[in-house]
Amino acid sequence: MTTPLLSLKSVACSRGGFTVLQDVSLTLSPGQALVLKGPNGSGKTTLLRTIAGLQPAERGDIDAASESIAYAAHADGLKAALTVEENLTFWAALFGTHDIEAALNAFDLAGLRGRRAHALSAGQKRRLGLARLLVTGRKVWALDEPTVSLDTRAVAMFADVVRGHLTAGGAALLATHIDLGLDAETLDVSQFKPSEAQLGAFDESFL
Amino acid sequence: MIRLLQRDIRLAIRSGGGFGLALAFFLMVVVLVPFGVGPEREILARIAPGVLWVGALLACLLSLDRLFATDYEDGSLELLATAPLPLESLVLTKAVAHWLTTGLPLTLVAPVLGVLLNLPVAAYGALTLTLALGTPALSMLGAFGASLTVGLKRGGLLLSLLVLPLYVPTLIFGADAVRRAAEGLETTTPVLLVAAITLGTLAVLPFAAAAALRVNLR
Repeated sequence: MTTPLLSLKSVACSRGGFTVLQDVSLTLSPGQALVLKGPNGSGKTTLLRTIAGLQPAERGDIDAASESIAYAAHADGLKAALTVEENLTFWAALFGTHDIEAALNAFDLAGLRGRRAHALSAGQKRRLGLARLLVTGRKVWALDEPTVSLDTRAVAMFADVVRGHLTAGGAALLATHIDLGLDAETLDVSQFKPSEAQLGAFDESFL
Repeated sequence: MIRLLQRDIRLAIRSGGGFGLALAFFLMVVVLVPFGVGPEREILARIAPGVLWVGALLACLLSLDRLFATDYEDGSLELLATAPLPLESLVLTKAVAHWLTTGLPLTLVAPVLGVLLNLPVAAYGALTLTLALGTPALSMLGAFGASLTVGLKRGGLLLSLLVLPLYVPTLIFGADAVRRAAEGLETTTPVLLVAAITLGTLAVLPFAAAAALRVNLR
């Protein structure tokens, strides 16, 4: 067994002062993909943000090599006034990589490279946002609803990219509602919901 | 850092807003004051240092609330926070970009606008010098205020209230240096104090602002 790229040990995370998940333990090895499932509000985004380091875990340990995680949120982080190529080149430079051609080709954006981002459709923007992952050069992808506003062809494109990333020794953690056809395990996050009794006890200590 | 700087400057120029607005506002203040105060040249010469400094300061304030807000809204701030760049250097870079697109142009046009207010010839050197030394502090203080208010809807009002008192020392010493130069007095002390404020803010505030951003991103 190779050393895992990411491992969580009984992690609890909260959103807006409420503990939404607790006792989350998982490991992610090279080549492995894990799909997070669960109804809206079950804490998928919170878990991904905690793993990405945007918010601290309330309890528990998150082990990952420093700067190994690339996070993609609901928002793509594109600048409307910049062209496709400029947006991608910026992120590539920030992460210290240079080759944006592979990323452009993987998401069929090469024909749009000179187009300003505000003139892109929602699906094209999303593809550009996902292409950013390829130029980060990071091993673990933490993706929050990556397929929103993508058509079936683009979803297939995205699934191919994830497969390529896994083959190259990367790992991916995806929160998604649709089946990507990946060879991935599924983790239902609703099982980590704190029970009512624990929630009650938690509240009492603050009253 | 340089790429981020290039991006921010390119954005400021392309979207037009920040870049031209501060200059246009400064121009309007300086052009309108003589109409309001009246055309007596002695009065204008006496108030010119103060008006030029206040105008530059308010022009600086104008574009501050967008400093982090645009990046926050389109999600790039979160992505930047997970990038290899430390948040401290992100804040510093943002402040530098803000200075290059507002403080520097303001400094460069201030001598030209000084003519409209009949600023005494002796004061032009001090005006350019103090603005060049003082406006970086305005950008850095503003970046700190912007990082505190980044998550708030309509944070602009709170931002101005937070930042204005912090701007006062720079304004006092900056305008004082120009006034003293206009009267032919020694200006070294206020100029040094302006420089000291700028150096102090550049040294401390990137860390404070980065801490504020971390809290706001949670």
